[in-house]
Amino acid sequence: MSRLRAYRRPHPGTQPEYDFPPYASTRKRHPTQPLVVAPQTLSELTGPVFGYEDVKESDHDLTRQHKDAPIGERIIVAGRVLDENGKPVPHTLIEIWQANAAGRYPHRTDQHDAPLDPNFSGAGRTLSDAQGRYRFVTIRPGEYPWRNHHNAWRPAHIHFSLFGPAFLTRLVTQMYFPGDPLLEYDPMYCCIADEKARRRLVSVFDWESTIPEHALGYRFDIVLRGREATPMEKNAR
Amino acid sequence: MSLHATGNQTVGPFLHIGLAWLNTDRIAPPGVQGERVSIQGRLLDGDGVGVGDGMIEVWQANAQGKYAHPEDTQKKHLDPGFKGFGRIPTNSKGAFRFSTIKPGSVPGPGGVGQAPHLVIAVFMRGSLKHLATRIYFPGEPANANDPLLGLVPAARRATLLAKRLPGRRNAFEWNVVLQGKNETVFFDF
Repeated sequence: MSRLRAYRRPHPGTQPEYDFPPYASTRKRHPTQPLVVAPQTLSELTGPVFGYEDVKESDHDLTRQHKDAPIGERIIVAGRVLDENGKPVPHTLIEIWQANAAGRYPHRTDQHDAPLDPNFSGAGRTLSDAQGRYRFVTIRPGEYPWRNHHNAWRPAHIHFSLFGPAFLTRLVTQMYFPGDPLLEYDPMYCCIADEKARRRLVSVFDWESTIPEHALGYRFDIVLRGREATPMEKNAR
Repeated sequence: MSLHATGNQTVGPFLHIGLAWLNTDRIAPPGVQGERVSIQGRLLDGDGVGVGDGMIEVWQANAQGKYAHPEDTQKKHLDPGFKGFGRIPTNSKGAFRFSTIKPGSVPGPGGVGQAPHLVIAVFMRGSLKHLATRIYFPGEPANANDPLLGLVPAARRATLLAKRLPGRRNAFEWNVVLQGKNETVFFDF
């Protein structure tokens, strides 16, 4: 166990605070006591391991989960999972979920007056490959209203959940689309204080993954926490 | 090359659309060695109201104190079929329940053994990133010397200890209290 290396602390401004008043629901759901800063132990430097037996090949294509194709603009969402040292994160589980093209989720608590699409469930998953690459086929999600403040609308987004190699690399985030006029009004997007870090939540239009006469491509690279260069003992944590 | 980790974002209210396929409330399948335990509780907001759009994830070692992970190089046996991972959604009242086996002791900083514990991540609408905490078991002699429990102010340690439910064998209660009196201790790693 002696050579395990710690994961780096977040760079200031690149991660949200738990208490973020513009997102009203944080008010009753954030800790009010300071977090207890703790050493990283074997328990946090490990985490669940998933493999190809956990996902079906077809799970990455959200347009082929029903009898017919869903309504909406078909898109490719692809990218790489890297760590903070720029190394690919191979064979890691990626889960996504999203609204349909009209901005509606097939969920009992979603009361938005927009049509459900019987051919779209809005959930997918895949494993990154040996180089950390992943690829989803889906439709472009719609924007939708929510009740955070007067005339509040969420920009189009896709939820992403990733594990990485350790409990400490667990990440849940949201991917946005370039040029969305709602971004600057969105408390979720704006909760990342650092502008460069915030912009990295926005995917990039990508000719490389665009398929002629079939689908536009968007690139979304995801960075998980990376390890310090020196083993923990030397850091005297 | 040096990058910064992608920013966390909330799971939002519709998390189960994407995440429910992996729900696992029986963490230890039949045949896995160890003392069987069940844990139930509620995820409560600052008004004491149950959080109905949340979930917890559990990560744990097996009964020998070994994680099913390549970086756990201890010479201890793995249990085939025991991954050590659970994902448990809260119901509309904020309640959750799962069963597993009590983990063994795993090494801590400086080689001091840690008391048996479950590693917990809490996800919900209204939380912009998940919260990290732990569940310990009452009456474990190792709790007194546990390196993480020792960092927690004594008055708050009880929030990390499951309570034995009277009249039921190996059944425990453990709640996640987000704010106020008895606010659960969350860790910053």
